[in-house]
Amino acid sequence: MEEEFIVSMRATIRQVNSVNVVDLSGRITLGEGCSQLRELIRDLLSKGQTKMLLNLGDVTYIDSSGIGELVSGFTAVSNAGGELKLLNLTKKVHDLLQITKLLTVFDVHDDEAKAVASFKP
Amino acid sequence: MKADSTIEAVFESDLRNVEAAEELVHRVCTSLGFDEEEQHKISMAVHESMINAIWHGNKNDPAKHVWVQFQIYEDRLEIRIRDEGTGFDIEQVPHPLEPGNLLKVSGRGIFLIRSFMDDFQVKKLPAKGTEVTLVKRRQASTDLNGGGVHREHEGHNTPG
Repeated sequence: MEEEFIVSMRATIRQVNSVNVVDLSGRITLGEGCSQLRELIRDLLSKGQTKMLLNLGDVTYIDSSGIGELVSGFTAVSNAGGELKLLNLTKKVHDLLQITKLLTVFDVHDDEAKAVASFKP
Repeated sequence: MKADSTIEAVFESDLRNVEAAEELVHRVCTSLGFDEEEQHKISMAVHESMINAIWHGNKNDPAKHVWVQFQIYEDRLEIRIRDEGTGFDIEQVPHPLEPGNLLKVSGRGIFLIRSFMDDFQVKKLPAKGTEVTLVKRRQASTDLNGGGVHREHEGHNTPG
């Protein structure tokens, strides 16, 4: 018998030059979505990968816990001497980061090639 | 003023029921003619309130429930969400936009609810629990199937 699992968030990682481009889709909310993102960032850091570009173009929903997880990831990567940047914000996510003043914290891009080029060597 | 229509639902304290509540919000808001952006704001406010009720209020205890009520008036939608927890002091919730709080991981839920709704009230209930009231003004009045009270019991693992 086939079982159906509800996956709240999906992530795939691509290496572009030395930058880990993480394509995220679905919901980043309290529970599974946030846990997955936390583990993904922790796993990359444990492998010495400190350049991360989170592509949020296909993220359909992010809540206050998801925003917190982005902030947590930003702090963890910064503390490791790396950079975590955001790519392709939807209007909803952009508005959320604007009203929470986090657009002043995150380096946000809408062109992947330019975003990758903006990382420190 | 008496509400034109009332919809009530009871959910078990399970995070999966947050999406069930969002679906209910979508149905109510669509019926009332709220546009997509306003629906998203109301849905997020309910999402954050449900999380507060299930996670912080009821501490994920499946024996405790979250009660949700939609009251539809000609000029506004009022949503009440009630938990069975010990309550919280809203004055003690730190403001997430203060410079020292900007990089904090938590503490943005109440701020988002306030940002997305026209009014937000928190009431500690006499016996136990907390009730929050979210209000969104309506631009144009529409009917919701003739009024009255409609009760729904939704949620995973809810007995028959």
